[in-house]
Amino acid sequence: MTSGVADPVEGVAISPAADPGFLQRYGGTIEYILIPGAALVGALGVFGIFVALFGKSPLDLYFYMYQGAFGTWFSWQNALTRAAPLILTALCTALPAQLGMVIIGGEGALLIGALAATGAALMMQSAPPLVVQLTMVCAGMIGGGLWIMLSGGLRQYRGVNETISSLLLVYIALAILNHLVEGMMRDPASLNKPSTREIGAANMIGSIPGTDVHWGLVFGIVAAIASYILIYHTVFGFAARVAGGNIRAARIVGLSVGKLIMTICFLAGASAGLAGMVEVAAVQGRTNANLAAGYGFTGILVAFLARQNPLAIIPVAILLGGISASGGLLQRRLGLPDASVQVLQGIIFVFVLASDALYGRLGFLRGRS
Amino acid sequence: MDFGRISRRHLLQGSAALTLGTALGARSALAADTTIGFIYVGSRDDYGYNQAHAQGAAALKKMPGLKIIEEEKVAETDAVEKTMESMINLDGATLLFPTSFGYYNPHMIKMASKFPKLRFEHCGGLWSDKDPKNAGSYFGYIDEAQYISGIVAGYSTKTNKLGFVAAKPIPQVLRNINAFTLGAKLANPKATTQVIFTGDWSMPVKEAEATNSLIDQGVDVLTCHVDGPKTMVENAARRGAMVCGYHVNQSPLAPKAYLTGAEWNWEALYPKFVKMIASGQEIPNFYRGGLKEEIVKVSPYGEAVSAEARKHADDIKAKLTGGDYVIFKGPIVDNKGKTAIATGTDRGQKDPELEKMDYLVEGVIGATS
Repeated sequence: MTSGVADPVEGVAISPAADPGFLQRYGGTIEYILIPGAALVGALGVFGIFVALFGKSPLDLYFYMYQGAFGTWFSWQNALTRAAPLILTALCTALPAQLGMVIIGGEGALLIGALAATGAALMMQSAPPLVVQLTMVCAGMIGGGLWIMLSGGLRQYRGVNETISSLLLVYIALAILNHLVEGMMRDPASLNKPSTREIGAANMIGSIPGTDVHWGLVFGIVAAIASYILIYHTVFGFAARVAGGNIRAARIVGLSVGKLIMTICFLAGASAGLAGMVEVAAVQGRTNANLAAGYGFTGILVAFLARQNPLAIIPVAILLGGISASGGLLQRRLGLPDASVQVLQGIIFVFVLASDALYGRLGFLRGRS
Repeated sequence: MDFGRISRRHLLQGSAALTLGTALGARSALAADTTIGFIYVGSRDDYGYNQAHAQGAAALKKMPGLKIIEEEKVAETDAVEKTMESMINLDGATLLFPTSFGYYNPHMIKMASKFPKLRFEHCGGLWSDKDPKNAGSYFGYIDEAQYISGIVAGYSTKTNKLGFVAAKPIPQVLRNINAFTLGAKLANPKATTQVIFTGDWSMPVKEAEATNSLIDQGVDVLTCHVDGPKTMVENAARRGAMVCGYHVNQSPLAPKAYLTGAEWNWEALYPKFVKMIASGQEIPNFYRGGLKEEIVKVSPYGEAVSAEARKHADDIKAKLTGGDYVIFKGPIVDNKGKTAIATGTDRGQKDPELEKMDYLVEGVIGATS
């Protein structure tokens, strides 16, 4: 197992060493791919040992994981479908991270976004579908955005830790959802499963043509690319990163930190709210307690694994989507309990966090010997 | 080391077996190697709702020519659609049992329309004639077994105070609470049932709190309607109270405290379904029954149950099994003093009015909202 981790490191190190300019230019990028990659391989290795302790063959494990996640066209679609909401909820953590804030309440913004989108759709049932859908997008984003802005505002104006407040707001969001779904917004026909009325088949956004993957994936990829451009290629993003680096210095140079926090929190919540809208408009067709499926929490994992880089979120979300897609096959073929996939996610998380210590320490990537 | 060679051979074998398996499964609709998929919303050893279904699946495993595949902890989102498709595409399943209530609409409906040649059987009793013909929904009148539990509880209580830990005030749950209370009052007119709603199907902490709080108020016999009764049963037994179980037989958890319980009898129904299919019979799309149809059953009495209680309970059980006993027989007054069922009105097992139950009968302490 250990050789599997070390090999690619040596492989990359040997060939381009002749050209130190190459490493100086691309060393950083290689590092960003190599270190998380090695962490992933290491985590899979440890998980293999874990599975072997249960008396199952690790090779079967890797084979079924590949088969279930990316082995067939169906598996790919399965992975991509599961990745779609994760890209959006991961942005809810990754965007505020640019400002040095740790927001973990994407689940709450997702629920509020779903409620707002459903409410909007139910209020305008006679409008043409495209109008309804666009209104749902706006309502979902505004609902989720305002929700995370609450956390940002509490931190900026009341000094409340945004990590705690955003987490606690998840439970408030869930309580609001249950209250409305079981009360004011309840469809009287939903006897044993309290739900809102359906938004109507015509208003559903459906799948990407030729696939089973819903449009949420496209929304997610567009949002991730837009976030990347915003953070790395605009003055606003530069200001945000300055404030994230040193908030006092940012204030001294005259940046309006409060405005940055509120805007970024709004955008973060808007992404998660959009995920909620997609869950309603592409999957459930209405709002009920099913929406609290934990996408907001898995999104945190995705954001950290992607080192809060909006672009890296896309492949990481697909990878985690694949892992959860293959989880079913592991249960069925190897008889592993469902929790084993969570164990794997946990091991990957620990490896990636621990590998943080390696950045800038791989001398051969700096063109030094 | 020839580790590498073994592994490669292993991998090839695995993939060959897999391809063969899928090919066979896809071709034969009901040949010797029928694959049946079971999907659970929680863990299959929860001593509750999911275990009851897993026991049904285990009964099928004993039948020749069947391959049973299972997946647990599948969320009521598009995850369950992907699990069904994965079972169909990768394992060749031709009969699927998505067992959770929330799997039905839109998820199972969508899959049943997509795979019109395969059979889908859902637990919850939701099928209507607008739904696909290859979809079915079955359910049991478990309130009949709860009524028997109530009789036993009525005899066993010394304080005349019974407790009910319930998930949500929805018709199915209210019907169980009311049947339990009516049974208790039949045995012991002074008995009352104090009910606590936890708000969700699986909330172990709240279930433990509710159990303790009921016992603190003097309740000495408890029962419940949540997904996993384990928490209630173990806590109540530890506090010296007696319990009536739900979903499956929980007497292994509390041998001394366990009086009786209302159980599902899926291990009788599932083999029956498979035999019906094998003999070319149609399973009715809407399939329901109670004690008489052997869809529900009563746990064997615990040692604490008196001879008098056994006799009365057995007597009523025989009448229910014979099909000539009505539990919801007017006059029934709700706990706010309003007439729920008028004198002279019999609401039998299949009466649709009972499906809309929104009241608690006289003798229940608690409110539906």
